[in-house]
Amino acid sequence: MNAILNYLKELFGGIKTLLTGMKVTGYYFVHPKEIITQQYPENRKTLKMFDRFKGEVTMPHDENNQHKCTACGICEINCPNGSIEVISKQVEKADGKTKKELDVYIYKLSMCTFCGICIKVCPQDAITFSQGFEHAVFNKEKLIKTLNKPGSSLKEKVKEVKEVIE
Amino acid sequence: MEDIIINENQIKQEEYIVNMGPQHPSTHGVLRLKISLKGETVEHIEPHCGYIHRGIEKMCERLTYQQIIHLTDRLDYLSAHTNNEAVCLLVENALQIEVPERVKYIRTILDELTRLASHQLWWCAFGMDLGALTTYFYGLRDRELILDIFEETTGARLLQSFNTPGGLMNDIHPNFIKKVKEFIVHFRKKLPEYDELLTGNVILRERTNDIGLLTLEEAISYGVTGPSGRASGFACDVRKHHPYSAYDKVDFKEILYTKGDCFHRYKARVEEMWESMKIIEQLIDNIPEGDYAVKMKPIIKLPEGEYYQRVEAARGEFGVYVLSTGEKYPYRVKFRSPNFSNLSAINKLGAGHKIADLVAIGGSLDLVIPDIDR
Repeated sequence: MNAILNYLKELFGGIKTLLTGMKVTGYYFVHPKEIITQQYPENRKTLKMFDRFKGEVTMPHDENNQHKCTACGICEINCPNGSIEVISKQVEKADGKTKKELDVYIYKLSMCTFCGICIKVCPQDAITFSQGFEHAVFNKEKLIKTLNKPGSSLKEKVKEVKEVIE
Repeated sequence: MEDIIINENQIKQEEYIVNMGPQHPSTHGVLRLKISLKGETVEHIEPHCGYIHRGIEKMCERLTYQQIIHLTDRLDYLSAHTNNEAVCLLVENALQIEVPERVKYIRTILDELTRLASHQLWWCAFGMDLGALTTYFYGLRDRELILDIFEETTGARLLQSFNTPGGLMNDIHPNFIKKVKEFIVHFRKKLPEYDELLTGNVILRERTNDIGLLTLEEAISYGVTGPSGRASGFACDVRKHHPYSAYDKVDFKEILYTKGDCFHRYKARVEEMWESMKIIEQLIDNIPEGDYAVKMKPIIKLPEGEYYQRVEAARGEFGVYVLSTGEKYPYRVKFRSPNFSNLSAINKLGAGHKIADLVAIGGSLDLVIPDIDR
């Protein structure tokens, strides 16, 4: 007799716990507005990422196609993965002096881990993170990017590099 | 081939060896368990690691201390912030730098948010391991809010790299305090739902009670820490016993259970979520003003010697050992990862149970495989 009672007790107790759980799911079944789901590919036009979101490294250019990079190479030294390569060239100025200037700023997105050290150490704030996150491409070579635009030049009155890395 | 001598008497009759993994959904990653079966009963479990070994410890020997931090994210990716903090605390303690109070408070709050997010994901996955797909959506719903807070302040959802020796990469976002408070209010309402959905559920109770028992002695001898160890009664909370950051300023309870079965490991984690919220509530209103970082030299050189720093990650005690020769690179780095020690007890936990219980045991240990292999 006891065994049957115990069996029934367990049976109904079990059903009760299942119903307790179903109460929660049932609540959301009749309250669909409390469910938060982003319809991602459809909401692409309205989707706004946070300002600090680490999408990919970019080099902002102003309206005169000028950037702030002095080709000091601090970002290249500090990058843990070797995803930045700064190639500089010697340019002869009007007064006869030669000066180092940025030639190509190569950024390998495929090797970047988005640690943010390059942006933190940049003494000129020449590079920032952009908010784009759709990095998928069909070809590996497309992930090697040149950040400075063709024909761009150094912005004038850039303060001199103070911190020198060994 | 000749030197392999098989003694036929040594081969156990009726023993059947199967591989669980490396591509098995319930091992939560590329973990291979070699299981000796007798019928459906597990006789012996032999974990095989190395499928996701990346040589992080060796890579650290060619990286500066600032650069190491982004690699520690990739150990236990669900407690990335805590792992970052371990390296930062080590460098700061070695150089005897006192970081501002503000940094300590923010680090502690982010630590606890990380722990909450990690336990939420574990709760999702544990339910799903035992066949309750619903839990996955409910857990992720709340975790999403934490990830949004992270994204707004640190710029990344999972691998934040927000700590740096001497402080933080950036100050907190102006919305941070408001959002965290909103989240706590929201989650205090939603956490009882977790209990209703899963904790009382008869299927969960039947499948976790008395499964995978670990006594206190075994937990200590295997070095099982974190909620898994505390479920066996092992008082191993680093936050409580060796406080770092702002943990000495907050009042919280160390969750201890005694039985050490799957259900108590489950309960320990759910209770820890309540404690984490308590810690955040105590700190969020009192974040002091000040700098978010100390000005450090561009090149950090630790004095010659050995250093060790431990923190409480979501899965247990995470330790960093650094042997420095005074150079800008460490000579040797060793990570004490909680999951590796927790996994070592799996034979003790799983032997004698059915193979389906092994899924519950693996889920209750909350294994993260990249942390095991490093």
